[in-house]
Amino acid sequence: MTSSPSADRPVVEMSGISIEFPGVKALDQVDFRLFPGEVHALMGENGAGKSTLIKALTGVYGIDAGRIVVDGAEHRFSGPGEAQEAGIATVYQEVNLCENLTVAENIMLGHEPRRMGAIDWRAARRAAAEHLATMGLDIDPASSLGSHSIAIQQLVAISRAMVVDAKVLILDEPTSSLDADEVAQLFTVVRRLRDQGVAVLFVSHFIEQVYEISDRMTVLRNGQRVGEYRTSELDRLELVSTMIGRSMDVLEDLHVSTEHAVDVEQGATPYLSAVGLGRKGDVRPFDLDVYAGEVVGLAGLLGSGRTEVARLLSGADRADSGTTRIKDVPTRLRNPRAAISQGIAFSSEDRKSEGVVGDLTVRENIVLGLQAGRGWMRRLPRRQVDEIVDKYMAALNVRPANPDALLRNLSGGNQQKVLLARWLATAPQLLILDEPTRGIDVGAKAEIQKLVAELASQGMAVVFISAELEEVLRLSHRIGVMRDRHKVAEIVNSDDVGVDDVVELIASGGEH
Amino acid sequence: MATTTPQHTVEGSGPGAPRPGGSGPARIARRLRIDRRYLPVVGTFVVLALILAIGGVRYDNFLSVGVLANLFINNSFLIVLAVGMTFVILTGGIDLSVGAVLALSAVSAAYLIDAGVPVAVVLPAVVLIGSIIGLLIGLMVHVFEVQPFIATLAGMFFARGLCFVIAPESIPITDETFVAIAGWDTWIAGQWRMTTSVIVALVVIGIAFYLLHFTQFGRTVYAIGGSEQSARLMGLPVARTKVLVYVISGTCAGLGGLLFAMYSRSGYSLTGVAMELDAIAAVVIGGTLLTGGTGFVLGSVLGVLVLGLIQTIITYEGTLSSWWTKIFIGVLLLVFVVLQRVLSLRKT
Repeated sequence: MTSSPSADRPVVEMSGISIEFPGVKALDQVDFRLFPGEVHALMGENGAGKSTLIKALTGVYGIDAGRIVVDGAEHRFSGPGEAQEAGIATVYQEVNLCENLTVAENIMLGHEPRRMGAIDWRAARRAAAEHLATMGLDIDPASSLGSHSIAIQQLVAISRAMVVDAKVLILDEPTSSLDADEVAQLFTVVRRLRDQGVAVLFVSHFIEQVYEISDRMTVLRNGQRVGEYRTSELDRLELVSTMIGRSMDVLEDLHVSTEHAVDVEQGATPYLSAVGLGRKGDVRPFDLDVYAGEVVGLAGLLGSGRTEVARLLSGADRADSGTTRIKDVPTRLRNPRAAISQGIAFSSEDRKSEGVVGDLTVRENIVLGLQAGRGWMRRLPRRQVDEIVDKYMAALNVRPANPDALLRNLSGGNQQKVLLARWLATAPQLLILDEPTRGIDVGAKAEIQKLVAELASQGMAVVFISAELEEVLRLSHRIGVMRDRHKVAEIVNSDDVGVDDVVELIASGGEH
Repeated sequence: MATTTPQHTVEGSGPGAPRPGGSGPARIARRLRIDRRYLPVVGTFVVLALILAIGGVRYDNFLSVGVLANLFINNSFLIVLAVGMTFVILTGGIDLSVGAVLALSAVSAAYLIDAGVPVAVVLPAVVLIGSIIGLLIGLMVHVFEVQPFIATLAGMFFARGLCFVIAPESIPITDETFVAIAGWDTWIAGQWRMTTSVIVALVVIGIAFYLLHFTQFGRTVYAIGGSEQSARLMGLPVARTKVLVYVISGTCAGLGGLLFAMYSRSGYSLTGVAMELDAIAAVVIGGTLLTGGTGFVLGSVLGVLVLGLIQTIITYEGTLSSWWTKIFIGVLLLVFVVLQRVLSLRKT
């Protein structure tokens, strides 16, 4: 397209790929090519078709139309096994290994060396150790996989991919749960593999990482290919506007200002007030007030106790010390149900296992919370359901705009929007959002941020948790800083407060 | 390209991780950590030893080679059932049909021999009946995605019903060849009596151990139990394996029926009622998690021995009703399930 191939012949050539799900046209005549010895980024918003394209290439989905040529031979994969035999290895976002087995077993699973028909365990362990060593991983091959962090598991998954001498390595959102050092280690490995001639397909929402690691990128939008570019020839602004199909000023427009600090009158009662609330092993006792019309951000590193605070406030976990007062009335939030009846909605960070119901339609998912609140005997009238569903699907720009689509056929970002819609439909007075924007793209992120700001300005109390400090700063009126399961500081947000200040607080633990 | 490799050391694991506290205790701790997977089996072994000790203290000649040898003789069919059940439970499934399939196989054996069919034909034929029922169940589970609980429940009713169609009354087996095979025994070291059934059971255990730990099929069984989705994405033959575990369990049930026919020298439609539950209990007591992915076939064998020993003790006691066996098994099951829960909680 816009650039010339860096190597003579692509190792993967997909042309005219179309895949359709009931109610969703996931891919429409998409062309895609991948050259040996390059890191190729697949870019696009949520729902653009990235995951679907990967699943077509890895044999998880069958294609409705098009051709897949790998290494000069046309393939029609009917399962992941066949794609692997063709030299395509994949490491998924949720590491798909078996935690009940050891590291060595996971690496060698399906490719164990045999001696006289039986698996030669000594050779298998040795081979696994060698693969780990080439990845620069110093872990015991005999340790159980479940005992390692996600980052290590991810590298183990890549080691596994290399056992089969993969020509193509697909990394689907590999960095979303890694810290900076772990990302650096991953990239070292990726570069080494690239230099060995492996074609790496890299999918990530972190634009900076894409620019750091990739040589070339293909952009998808709404199931169609927009173009293929050299990373060095496309700057970040152009990339984002190509991805969302609008120019950047729209994004600028979404910029939420924190100017309108809530005027909390002296002596006003907070909607929710936690005093000395804590739970052994999870989070040390903390105080926190949330006023109506205000966004309280929680900042801190992964595992600093952010989520635990949210779970205590929402009744998902039971506190073993302290009290919660709701509108100045002491209230025990014994379970989520009790919290919901107090107007508290909690959107969990783990949307997959604690939130969305994939086998229900978008419509059913949206009214789920509302219906549960009414009791199952009093069914919502259909007209009212449609009204609510239409309202929130439009407000949140859920794509595809089809309430009958099954939720699991939607992309992660759109599932998140549906989850938000579910809570909003119950008209909560306090909305607790744990990582509502994780793993979703720029456009959807901005929309959700804008919505949160609007909700607060309409009088809702919001607790907003995010790993991205910029986001917390942009939205919050006040920020609680967490560190080591302890609330170390609380600051009032203003234009003078920057990311550096918050980082400083996290680093120093609030002690100057 | 950078040639220096950043050494990524994970805290508290691996030989490369320096540990405070010197090498001696640290090594033991590490050993224990790695051996955590074997802890449930070790637990079962401790219980077994405990029961043996209690029996030895309370009764004379309890701790004799004869008692132990009889334990194997009287439970050989249950061992075979439990071994087959282990495969199914390791994948996260369950097989409720084995008791009824055992009965069907025993009744068929008695019926066919009674009808004059040569023993050389009958023996493989009745085992094959089990394999076929297992195959049908496996296909139901895999192709039609029926819950294993329901699919094997259907298999159980089907097999039990078929028993009564073949023969509502008990059929004695008098065929000389069959009786000779059933009655054959040998003495190991002049003290340990081994019958045909015991040898069959030991061979089955050996084959199962080999299959689970030294073949790709076995590794796939464990992988499916860990995460079926992952196993599929890793390109393992999930479909074939899921069907095969039910075939294995069915085959074991067919073989178990044959052993039971040898044990009782008859075939009767009402044998093996609720025996599937004994097999499941043995597997769970043997340390296999019902959620799949963790467990060992040798654990299941220990589980059967624990059940058998409890029964022996109740018999020795003399005054207790044999139903006390069930009560003890129930208590033991509960203890083991709670223990496993605690172990897996501590892990996270």
